[in-house]
Amino acid sequence: MKGSKLLCALGGLAAALPATSAQALEWYFPAPASAMALEIDHLHQYVMWLIIVIFVGVFGFMFYACFAHRKSRGHPAEQFHENTTVEILWTIIPALILVVIAWPVTKTVIAQKDTSSPDLTIKATGYQWKWGYDYLKGEGEGISFVSMLATPREQIDAGAQKDEHYLLEVDRELVVPIGKKVRVLTTAADVIHAWWVPAFGVKQDAIPGFIRDIWFRADKLGTFRGQCAELCGKEHGFMPIVVRVVSPDDYSKWVAQQQQAAQAQAEDINKKWDPKELVAQGEKVYGATCVVCHQANGRGTPPAFPPLVGSKVVNGPKEGHIDIVLNGKAGTAMAPFGKQLSDTDIAAVVSYERSSWGNKAGIVQPAEVRARHK
Amino acid sequence: MSAVIDTHGHEHGDEHHDHHGGYSGIMRWVTTTNHKDIGTLYLWFAGIMFFAGGMMALVIRAELYEPGLQLVNPDFFNQMTTMHGLIMIFGAIMPAFVGFANWQIPMMIGAPDMAFARLNNWSFWLLPFAATLLMLSFFMPGGAPGTGWTLYAPLTVQQGIGMDFTIFAVHILGMSSILGSINIITTILNMRAPGMTLMKMPMFCWTWLITAYLLVAVMPVLAGAVTMTLTDRHFGTTFFNAAGGGDPVLYQHIFWFFGHPEVYVIALPAFGVISQVIPAFSRKPLFGYASMVYATAAIAILSFIVWAHHMYTVGMPVTGQLFFMYATTLIAVPTGVKVFNWVATMWKGALSFETPMLFACGFLFLFTMGGFTGLVLSLVPIDIQLQDTYYVVAHFHYVMVAGAMFSAFAGIYFWLPKWTGKMYNETLGQWHFWLTLIFFNMIFFVQHFLGMAGMPRRVPDYPLMFETWNKVSSIGAFGFALSQLIFLYNLFTTLKSGATAPQKPWEGADSLDWTDLPTPVPYHTWEKQPVLK
Repeated sequence: MKGSKLLCALGGLAAALPATSAQALEWYFPAPASAMALEIDHLHQYVMWLIIVIFVGVFGFMFYACFAHRKSRGHPAEQFHENTTVEILWTIIPALILVVIAWPVTKTVIAQKDTSSPDLTIKATGYQWKWGYDYLKGEGEGISFVSMLATPREQIDAGAQKDEHYLLEVDRELVVPIGKKVRVLTTAADVIHAWWVPAFGVKQDAIPGFIRDIWFRADKLGTFRGQCAELCGKEHGFMPIVVRVVSPDDYSKWVAQQQQAAQAQAEDINKKWDPKELVAQGEKVYGATCVVCHQANGRGTPPAFPPLVGSKVVNGPKEGHIDIVLNGKAGTAMAPFGKQLSDTDIAAVVSYERSSWGNKAGIVQPAEVRARHK
Repeated sequence: MSAVIDTHGHEHGDEHHDHHGGYSGIMRWVTTTNHKDIGTLYLWFAGIMFFAGGMMALVIRAELYEPGLQLVNPDFFNQMTTMHGLIMIFGAIMPAFVGFANWQIPMMIGAPDMAFARLNNWSFWLLPFAATLLMLSFFMPGGAPGTGWTLYAPLTVQQGIGMDFTIFAVHILGMSSILGSINIITTILNMRAPGMTLMKMPMFCWTWLITAYLLVAVMPVLAGAVTMTLTDRHFGTTFFNAAGGGDPVLYQHIFWFFGHPEVYVIALPAFGVISQVIPAFSRKPLFGYASMVYATAAIAILSFIVWAHHMYTVGMPVTGQLFFMYATTLIAVPTGVKVFNWVATMWKGALSFETPMLFACGFLFLFTMGGFTGLVLSLVPIDIQLQDTYYVVAHFHYVMVAGAMFSAFAGIYFWLPKWTGKMYNETLGQWHFWLTLIFFNMIFFVQHFLGMAGMPRRVPDYPLMFETWNKVSSIGAFGFALSQLIFLYNLFTTLKSGATAPQKPWEGADSLDWTDLPTPVPYHTWEKQPVLK
């Protein structure tokens, strides 16, 4: 850390700072919350110190020459142009320095890739533009939810007062116990995303059709925030990752809570919904899932994101409309939502779309959605 | 070496040297086969693209001035980052150095022109069409691709028809590069003056010879990658789609097999220019000429086995990560040799600091910083934290802007008097350098902090804790842009009414073009080849 401070001074930029917000000036890795992040921090400082020493050495020579060997000071140009000994030395010494760097780094790489015997295995699925989490193995097995940006659009688009965790807050946080080895399997449903929590020192691309894995062991309680790190389309900057690290007891309580809630919500697929209730529920789902592309007024941003107002699909037969929401449309950003939303939610949002913005195509019940599953 | 070749079709003894192949006006430039004309065309083209790409960078920096979305929507923002990258790399930097190659290589090796004069004309004239195609993608439904210049699958499959325009533009740009490279290789290997052995060539010719081989090797690979993208989009193939047995990561392997050598395609000619400028203003021969040649070749060869260091977070096996890490760190050795050689060239010289030398020293200092951050990024565990953050953005702009662009400015100020016979305004040149240097660091030095603190790249909006450095960076960007207007003004006034340049304005310059050709150089040179003893 001191190394980078020196670099900062070298840049001489502190003076150029305009007075802006009261936010603390962030210019180094966030405080580590895992042994791995701490290790990375140490490696970085180690390498930075070596670099600074070499840098000062080499450019010491250059600046001395710039000062002392100037024509205007009457320095005569010597005509030497090779020196085999020196040339061999400055090939071999850097190579040796590289070995000195590579040794500790190699040990860390091997440790980073060791995802064996985890206490808890969680799958993180990247969607445009949110994260799906499935607790696959260990305490909490079976818990499954989608986590998406909770920052209101007014703060993003309309200049409303931004809160502290602007763009780094989600509706449902990933919860893990402290001190346990958590293995994260990453994959994606559409394009490549990357799951990244700087405080844990983990970043892993989430690749559609493939499973990759990483691990972390949090050693601090608290909430840790990261963002998607691989360009994944227009809302790439708006799909944060938030992890809450809790004590083992609190974790057990959280797991029990989640399981109860899941049971309570177990939906009755054959329930006939009241149209008004269904549309009201659909508006919520639309606001959370569809609005970034198709917009609140249903007009979309054509041609990439088509309008739903007067749309042939929305005003056409129910089956076509349900199918496109369930299965998505290949070659576009329209994702298959069958994997992310319950049948009730899909029925609700389809009903909302079919009866809003002047569309009058009637509502759809959950059972009709279930019937369209392949 | 064959006899002197008369390449320009003189038919009448009474024609003087300034004729331009019988055409005048625009047709002179369309039909020209003269290496100097074509070099000029390349440089103007690169200049125009530099300002076009720069405008896009300003859109990006303006949007990032403060948190929230103010000026553009995220879709257009992504189009800006994509096109800024493609235009700067393929439209500005590469053509600029091909322009230098066209002007300088024949004059430096004592050849009357390039080996394939008509091919040379075509290599250039492909470029405006490619650039037009690229720009047209903005006006297609869905706009230009919003994928980043790396065009990663499968995001490319979601793009509109602008993506196809970009793919064809990349094809044409690649063709132009390959043809130009074949020409450079043939010229250097076959048309050197008697006595000009390879190991007597100016370093600029050596770096271009090696660069040209790199280009011939990797441009077809890029063409392959984008063609596979095209067929995945339209013809039902699934090269990059797991559902059909493909793999999105395959695209990245192919792309970076092109992409890493491409970094040296940009850097090596820049090294070449610097290797001409530093000895000239040190009034001392280049230190370690032979080791410079070997180091250049070593960098080029190593550049083929390090591509996956751009992909440490895709989830490679540990052996893969270690191999690519070791191979990448090895590049520091020959690169270090080059830096040491340049410093040793300056050591105990008789230095003077006219504008070309200032840009060369700026290059040396800042490019080395870019090299050091490259070393930091080459180490897998640290890269895991920094991959796809602003640290990477800062790193490659130190290499591309402080490296390639500073070197290009050094080259222009250095050779402009030779080419035009006019002397640029030294005071304005120095202002241009110092402002460029200060604002460059204001933009990019602080981006190291942003990256370490966790700001991802290619985002149109960011959390509040990144606000201060983004403001600094954006203000720097506008200062940088304004500083380039000084260059434009200096350039135009020099061309229009610059003072007459002395025969040899740089007393330490020692290549054939400076020692044996008049200033300004006539339209045709070396119709009778020199003989070196």
